[in-house]
Amino acid sequence: MEFKDYYKVMGVARDATEAQIKQAYRKLARKYHPDVSKEKNAEAHFKEVGEAYEVLKSPEKRAAYDQLGPGHAAGEDFRPPPDFGAGFEFSGAGAGNASYSDFFDSLFGAQARAGSSDPRGAFRAGRGEDHHAKVLLDLDASLQGGARTFTLRVPEIDAEGRLVSKERVLNVQVPKGILSGQNIRLAGQGARAPGQGARAPDEGTAGDLFIEVEFQPHALYRVDGRDLYLELPVTPWEAALGATVKTPTPTGAVDLKIPAGSHAGSKLRLKGRGIPASPAGDFYVVLEIALPPADDEKSKAAYAAMARALPFNPRAGIGA
Amino acid sequence: MSSSENRPLSGAIFEESTVLTVRELSRMCAVEERHIVEYVEEGVLNVAEVSADEWHFSGSALRRTRLALRLERDLELNLAGVALALQLIEELERLRGELGRSELGTRRPEADSL
Repeated sequence: MEFKDYYKVMGVARDATEAQIKQAYRKLARKYHPDVSKEKNAEAHFKEVGEAYEVLKSPEKRAAYDQLGPGHAAGEDFRPPPDFGAGFEFSGAGAGNASYSDFFDSLFGAQARAGSSDPRGAFRAGRGEDHHAKVLLDLDASLQGGARTFTLRVPEIDAEGRLVSKERVLNVQVPKGILSGQNIRLAGQGARAPGQGARAPDEGTAGDLFIEVEFQPHALYRVDGRDLYLELPVTPWEAALGATVKTPTPTGAVDLKIPAGSHAGSKLRLKGRGIPASPAGDFYVVLEIALPPADDEKSKAAYAAMARALPFNPRAGIGA
Repeated sequence: MSSSENRPLSGAIFEESTVLTVRELSRMCAVEERHIVEYVEEGVLNVAEVSADEWHFSGSALRRTRLALRLERDLELNLAGVALALQLIEELERLRGELGRSELGTRRPEADSL
């Protein structure tokens, strides 16, 4: 497996103080946190930083890691020495369900995390825990409804009590009209119930699986909540004189009436033709004026005739 | 693989039909009920309605609570910090939406030759 240089990941010296490590972590976490960051690969970066901090903030883990010596280069092939960690006692890492690298797991053991308790006080119940996952969904799945296959990484406690991440392929009927940020709740698809004894009323019940969806960018439509926006190119004469043009909508092409005197950015609303949520969203067509190219004699003559016929100064408003 | 595994699983849109109690929200997010109460006291979460002396949240509270928990844990924020971060994230989302709307129809030609 690859050696991880946690000091390098955090951008701190090997003799950095606890305060310096904490400071470095907070700065990097704010930069790469998937909920607030627009950086590329924010999630991967954030995981790496979280793992490094998990080791360096704990005096025992850091001391054990330091024993490996400074002679290793990041990325080099690495096997932990057989006596690694001897004489250290690792307390629970409290890392939630984060999945760490093989390097981390080989040094500190996945067990250290599986049994750990969250400082906020983890919730224990007779029934299995609810699981949460996030998926990218094509907009058409919400517009039409339909089955989609998702591959999820699900943390599980294996027979030896270790936390392992398993791949799980689920075929899910996507409810029509689901919006970005909403969850599909799959009853009983979360964690299995702990223990076999059925004492509490809900003991022995499996938890639920919540799948939060986020839309992939769509080729035609832009999504805003439950509303959809389409940019529709029209000619100058269609905008000026009015016209009826074919327009795609989620429920099929329609003949759209462009009112005379429309301009670039004019917004036409088709009520209830957005995402079929309850209530349904609206479909907005935003006009864009497309100019015909003046690339032959005929078109040049047409533009020239228009210039002679129309005493139009588009810059009148800016005093030019 | 049996044929039943090929049949798609179906579930409802959670946010649409759900009213959550403190207990349910705490179970779904795997935190203590006390923590949910603290979120309400700090303004991180809003109570949708009170009935029979019990707080009820809308389904969207699930996503918000999970986001708040991630911010609190990963960025080591206190509750006031979480409340502020959530407010700013919402403001940012609103502005991004507005920006998207105002950019429509004013897109410049792609091959802009000078």
